[in-house]
Amino acid sequence: MIDSVAAPLWCAAALLATAALAIVLGRSSAATRLVYGATTAISAIALLVAVLRLLSPAPDASSLTLPLGLPWIGAHFRLDALSAFFLVVVNLGGATASLYGLGYGKHEPAPHRVLPFFPAFLAAMNLVVLCDDAFSFLLSWEFMSLTSWALVLAHHREPESQQAGFVYLLMASFGTFALLLAFGLLSGPDGSYAFDAMRAGIHAPTTRALVLVLLLIGAGSKAGLVPLHVWLPLAHPAAPSHVSALMSGVMTKVAIYGFIRVVFDLVGEPAWWTGLLVIVLGSLTAVLGILSALMENDLKRLLAYSTIENVGVIFVSLGLALAFKANGMDMAAALALVAALFHVFNHSLFKSLLFFGAGAILTGTGTRDMDKLGGLIHRMPATSVLFLLGCVAISALPPLNGFASEWLAFQAVLLSPDLPQWALKVAVPAAGGMLALSAALAAACFVKAYGISFLSRPRTTLAEAAHEVDRFSLAAMAILATLCLAAGLLPGFVVDTLAPVTKALLGGRLPMQAESPWLSLVPVAATRGSFNGLLVFLFIALSGALAAWFIHRFGSRALRRAPAWTCGFPEFTTAMQYSAGSFSQPIRRVFGGVAFLAREQVDMPLPGDIRPARLVVSMTDLSWEAIYAPLGRVISLVADHMNFLQFLTIRRYLGIVFLLLVALLLVVAIWK
Amino acid sequence: MEMMAALAVQGVQMALVLLLAPLLTGIVRKIKARLMRRRGASIWQPYRDLLRLMRKDVVLAENASWLFRTAPYLIFATTWVAASLIPTFATGLLFAWSADLIAIVALVGSARFFLALAGMDVGTGFGGIGASREMMIASLAEPAMLLVVFTVALTAASTQLSTIAAFMASDQVGLRVSLGMALVALIMVAIAENSRIPVDNPSTHLELTMIHEAMMLEYSGRHLAMLEFAAFLRLLLYISLIACLFAPWWLASSSDGPTGYVLGIVAYLLKLLAGAVLLALFETAIAKMRVFRVPQFLGAALMLGLLGTLLLFVTRSIT
Repeated sequence: MIDSVAAPLWCAAALLATAALAIVLGRSSAATRLVYGATTAISAIALLVAVLRLLSPAPDASSLTLPLGLPWIGAHFRLDALSAFFLVVVNLGGATASLYGLGYGKHEPAPHRVLPFFPAFLAAMNLVVLCDDAFSFLLSWEFMSLTSWALVLAHHREPESQQAGFVYLLMASFGTFALLLAFGLLSGPDGSYAFDAMRAGIHAPTTRALVLVLLLIGAGSKAGLVPLHVWLPLAHPAAPSHVSALMSGVMTKVAIYGFIRVVFDLVGEPAWWTGLLVIVLGSLTAVLGILSALMENDLKRLLAYSTIENVGVIFVSLGLALAFKANGMDMAAALALVAALFHVFNHSLFKSLLFFGAGAILTGTGTRDMDKLGGLIHRMPATSVLFLLGCVAISALPPLNGFASEWLAFQAVLLSPDLPQWALKVAVPAAGGMLALSAALAAACFVKAYGISFLSRPRTTLAEAAHEVDRFSLAAMAILATLCLAAGLLPGFVVDTLAPVTKALLGGRLPMQAESPWLSLVPVAATRGSFNGLLVFLFIALSGALAAWFIHRFGSRALRRAPAWTCGFPEFTTAMQYSAGSFSQPIRRVFGGVAFLAREQVDMPLPGDIRPARLVVSMTDLSWEAIYAPLGRVISLVADHMNFLQFLTIRRYLGIVFLLLVALLLVVAIWK
Repeated sequence: MEMMAALAVQGVQMALVLLLAPLLTGIVRKIKARLMRRRGASIWQPYRDLLRLMRKDVVLAENASWLFRTAPYLIFATTWVAASLIPTFATGLLFAWSADLIAIVALVGSARFFLALAGMDVGTGFGGIGASREMMIASLAEPAMLLVVFTVALTAASTQLSTIAAFMASDQVGLRVSLGMALVALIMVAIAENSRIPVDNPSTHLELTMIHEAMMLEYSGRHLAMLEFAAFLRLLLYISLIACLFAPWWLASSSDGPTGYVLGIVAYLLKLLAGAVLLALFETAIAKMRVFRVPQFLGAALMLGLLGTLLLFVTRSIT
């Protein structure tokens, strides 16, 4: 029973039932607690099922066909190692977000706009991962898009939410359209919608190439791949914080699941250039994402942009895996895929944690504008520790989990000189450099995020009056922070858990990590490179404790409080501190000119003139200006010109319909 | 028995880097002073400074948090651990496999992350300016460093420092253009990471030019001692790293007897001295750059690192 696909399906059904219950409960006061309590429990059960399934020694894929959906086809569901892994990611995120919602939901001004959609959103993500035919996959995918869209519009009176909702809906429909075409190509003329049939079928090289490009558009737009990312920094922050965490931490991962499922599992052997394309797109996404994050002053938008960076990092590893697979280097492909999946897991942990933290700040202060925060480390002590752990993890610093997956990605890059294609030989080192650059910029970004909002002196009265959040929220953050630490200290266990996935998709697996001495991470061979997070952590803890003990024992332990020194010039106002904008100014000067066409205009009054000086910074979102704005203009132009069609007489309409019909029939006749 | 010997070597290494780090800085300062025709402080002065600072009271800014107080120990410990994992006088350190070269770079990055946070904690303009500029420099220096790591790791087919050092000492290496580029890039990164001239001036207290010192401005007493010590260790770390990668001669290995180890230590001391002399000469001969010149300097390092890696990727199929 526990091994079969029925258990997670029952959980998804229970989540849908909870959604129905939420509609019934409406605005009643107990609704928040009931709904989030139920989703916490259901997600926890589904998580347990998925973990057991992933850890069970030799699991075979179990499948099930339900008489739902299209007649004669039914809905196919299947649980294999890959789905089990993504079920873990989805339900871990779902369970912690629900737990967080138990506390955070109380502050929700319009709970009846959130509660019905939240369990439905969770159910949809579960279903996407379980579906085994194109029809139910697309249906669940679209359901996931629509429920999350409804959640983005939970605060629909805010103008930015409206724009976010509109752009999101457009991009989501566009993405699903691309997926629809991809599945259409895969199913071929016989219309075999089941994934089994697609897997068994042999596809022409052009079909495979088209499918990959369509997948990059369809799944890539959902995941936030540049230049299809424009909706993400609008939509993710607009939702309530625990939903933002789910969208950023989990829904982007479901999109990546879709990509892996089709590209690695369904289409068959990849061509080498597909790897190149994915690597180039991924590395561009990583660097542009984190640079945009650095320029952001709104904490949740900063986190959303950093999601784009992490998606880029994951896609670089996926591209490497494709390139290795195309050249028959199974071991290296397994390493790259493990790096990608490990980063999927890690990012779902720390991005949820950081969004929960941003939500805690929103609850505690009422703002997410970093320039209004400051000094929260004194007023929100528990949140500040947990948020710091998230920042260290996402900045890929040892010994936390972000570093472990980044390290595996670097090891995969170091295996790639053996790739025979010249284009890859040039692109991979450049991508390695871009990965390193994005990791270093991520550290700068999260020094900014933490330093401006939690450290320094409070910049406004809002920050001065901040208060700590409730226990449910703290518990949710604490669970995620602990997992971040655990996955960083013992990365070998996660890598071992991923072995069935790589075995199923690539036929190869990494060596058993649990057998390596001292539980080190040894991806290829001990002479090639190894890393042991646990030992490094112990060394740092021991030597730090030793230094502190030595000094307090033999040196001084006295401590005096005094006003800050600041070179003897006391700062009278907290506005003299560094702000979010001033922190990123050096980086904006170095990279911004190219990446955002950033320009600074200084308006300095002449001597004797008493008006204030002004500094205006202008930045352009290149992908918006180059793609979306012209597209929008073309569409409105066409719409203007087609407007006359609205005012024709009935005879003319009938004439147009008739002519079109004849034209179509002619096309069919000539085609045949 | 072998285990005990390896443990002893590791212990000696930890003690050695700790004891030598202040001396190295003292020597650099002395040589610089002599080159500028000053007498300069004794080479033992850094030890005296450290001891004095450790005994002094800490004067803590009123709104400093726990992060500000724990960061110095964390930064010191991280740097110490990183320095202890570099084969200085002997390869085959007991714990060398627990962190490879990528991890050592990341450990130095962790120390910098916490220093930048500590700089922002009190909420003064100087702390902010230091943190912001340090992270800008790091955002270029760290990728450059990783590309250097890629170059040497690809040459030696390992990221493990002991393996790389053994490979570099063997005669399979020969003269390689990519390694030359990596060496130049590594030196540029080392200069930037240690806040030396021309990127930053370690002895300045002129407000607008300082980067590294600006982050430590609010520190005093034992906390300052820890941060100073970490800075000494970092200089030692980078010189040892350059020596280990590009001058791996007379490194003792576990098969050598006690004389091998003694020779290794003497050779290490000479390497450090050579590094100190070269650094002092370089710093005396050059002027500090404007802050926004630094990206060009580090961009050059980044490009050199990238070219080195690219050359290795491209030549792999030819050789």
